[in-house]
Amino acid sequence: MSVSRRQFLGSLSSVALGSMLPVADSLAQGAPIKVGSVLDNSGNLDIYGKPMVMATTLAVEEINAAGGLLGRKLQPIQYDTQSDIALYTKFAQQLVRQDKVDVVHGGITSASREAIRQTFTRANTLYFYNVLYEGGVCDRNIVVTGSTPAQAVEPIMDVAMKQWGKKVYILAADYNYGQITAKWIAHYAKERGGSVAKTDFFALDVSDFGSTIAKIQQEKPSFVISALVGGAHMSFYRQWAASGMNKKIPLASTTFGVGNEHLALSPAEGDGILIAGNYSQESTDAANKDFLARWSKRFNDTKIVHEIAVSQYQGIMLWAECVRKAGSLKREDMLKAIESGVSIVGPGGTVTIDPKTHHAALDIKVMEVKNQKLTVKSTVKQRPPLDTARYCDLQKNPKENKQFEVNV
Amino acid sequence: MDYFAVVLLEILYMIAFLALTSAGLAVVFGMMRVINLAHGEFVMVGGYTTIACYRAGIDLWFAMLVVAPLVVGVLGLIIERLVIRHLYGRMIDTMLATWGLSLLIVGLVTLIFGNSAVSVQAPISSYEIGQYQMGGYNLFIIAVAALLMIVLWLVMRFTRLGLVARGAMQNRDVAASLGYNPGRIYMWTFTVGAALSGLAGGVLAPLTGLLPSVGSSYIAKAFITVITGGAAIITGTLSSSLLFGTVNQIVSFASMPVVGEIAMLTLAIILLRLMPQGITGRFFKNSA
Repeated sequence: MSVSRRQFLGSLSSVALGSMLPVADSLAQGAPIKVGSVLDNSGNLDIYGKPMVMATTLAVEEINAAGGLLGRKLQPIQYDTQSDIALYTKFAQQLVRQDKVDVVHGGITSASREAIRQTFTRANTLYFYNVLYEGGVCDRNIVVTGSTPAQAVEPIMDVAMKQWGKKVYILAADYNYGQITAKWIAHYAKERGGSVAKTDFFALDVSDFGSTIAKIQQEKPSFVISALVGGAHMSFYRQWAASGMNKKIPLASTTFGVGNEHLALSPAEGDGILIAGNYSQESTDAANKDFLARWSKRFNDTKIVHEIAVSQYQGIMLWAECVRKAGSLKREDMLKAIESGVSIVGPGGTVTIDPKTHHAALDIKVMEVKNQKLTVKSTVKQRPPLDTARYCDLQKNPKENKQFEVNV
Repeated sequence: MDYFAVVLLEILYMIAFLALTSAGLAVVFGMMRVINLAHGEFVMVGGYTTIACYRAGIDLWFAMLVVAPLVVGVLGLIIERLVIRHLYGRMIDTMLATWGLSLLIVGLVTLIFGNSAVSVQAPISSYEIGQYQMGGYNLFIIAVAALLMIVLWLVMRFTRLGLVARGAMQNRDVAASLGYNPGRIYMWTFTVGAALSGLAGGVLAPLTGLLPSVGSSYIAKAFITVITGGAAIITGTLSSSLLFGTVNQIVSFASMPVVGEIAMLTLAIILLRLMPQGITGRFFKNSA
């Protein structure tokens, strides 16, 4: 059978038209609500971004299956930023000017968030940043649903210092997240009558920790706490175990598990590491079990579900709750709903927006790595974002727009 | 005293690490004046080969010492036949082509293994020096690097193969006029270079978390080691590894690892300003 170019184009366009039919369908009941998202679905950071994109898809599909919001369907508009900051600014502009979205959920690293935040603030487009970060952003246009150091660090320091003792050795990634988290660790250690033996910072591509491991042994701390980030820093945990230190000095971490590090280490290497965060797949809460069942039905594999994927899902659900409460998408109505202490129950527990800071109060779990799983040891309910709250009061200063450097 | 021994061992390990990861690049650069920017990816593929074999139930030692070099060697052979041989004598073009290749390999490995870190446990347990715990596997790395350098030297110095290789290195036209096909020599050189990179990737796999993008962290260090070392393969690699490894670790111990890396890079810049042809361009001129 021979097909002429014209015939081919003809059939192609009819296929395209056919696939647009569902959109036309939803137009009948009012234009869809546009939910924009910018996430790294490829490149270096896709270990974080891919599950977040899946979480976005799942959340939007679930809301649509339940009838949408305000009688309108949601239309996701998703851009892959390819782990490239330049693409963030480009797609943020596109979302605001061309697609004219009603809300944006996205950004992974703090650098990417700061690259796009002002674009949304200027355009009065509501922005949800759903990732744990170093804290301090104060801007009425943004809602942050991930945890900040003050939320996760204090519970873990409580448990670790009670279990192991008062002398702390800190290892952290050398950028704003690590630097600020290290300050909080030192703060909480001293508050509890402890001391910091030493603090070492590592550029993101450092993968040899031999000298550090020797120095740790010289200092003999009660325990080591790490805020190391990314693939290269994985080497620390391996070299730590290879030198047999994991049997001698206990290890805690604020970041371990976020990139599913516990799956890459063997049980012998990873067992016993203490961590704190909002989410564990092992949580027996009904909300979590139900969520994992739905995820596995949609994507088969639940292995890759991590804290910030759950965080993204919770962020979208929280936004949907705000829309229901506001009864409209108008900015003033939405802000009123956001600042009404709105709350949902997600896979990570209850998430409540704090009206003063636009950050979220979260349930923080202290967990232990056991046989490549994050076993929950204890839970601190509704931990408020104390670090940001020190500086930020959007009720008093609604025009505030900056990131405070938390200094303790 | 114990601490001194620990520092010394860490220095030795760093030297071995640099020598091991640069050997493949050095062979190719020294013999062919080709800078292979896909070198880091060769190392990475060696690591992934090891882990894939290990997961398939093959003995870890066999996987890292035999399978990894073989697989990456064959990969190198294919790449040489398809790409590199068309670009001999065009250094900039080769760099561009191999850089493109590195992106391709990263993409392929990501496609096959995914972009999350994989790893395998170190097969040697730790030991103690006084009150310090040390990774026993580091000793194995030091031994492999030392053995590799000795074997390379023996081959280059005492075998006919080495003689031909050194001849082609010094003057390819003379070698050709004596009946040795430079194209053939280059083909095998590239293959051997790739195999050495595979070996490095294989034996280093248990010490790091492996990601498809990990190659870029190897190429940077290997690149400055080889360029600073100069054209002589063994003496060059050894002298610059020795220098950089020592400086990096001593500064790391005195302050922190980031400063150690800065010190190493600063030293490289100063050395290249003083000796643009590398260390062996100035000293040990007639070494292999």
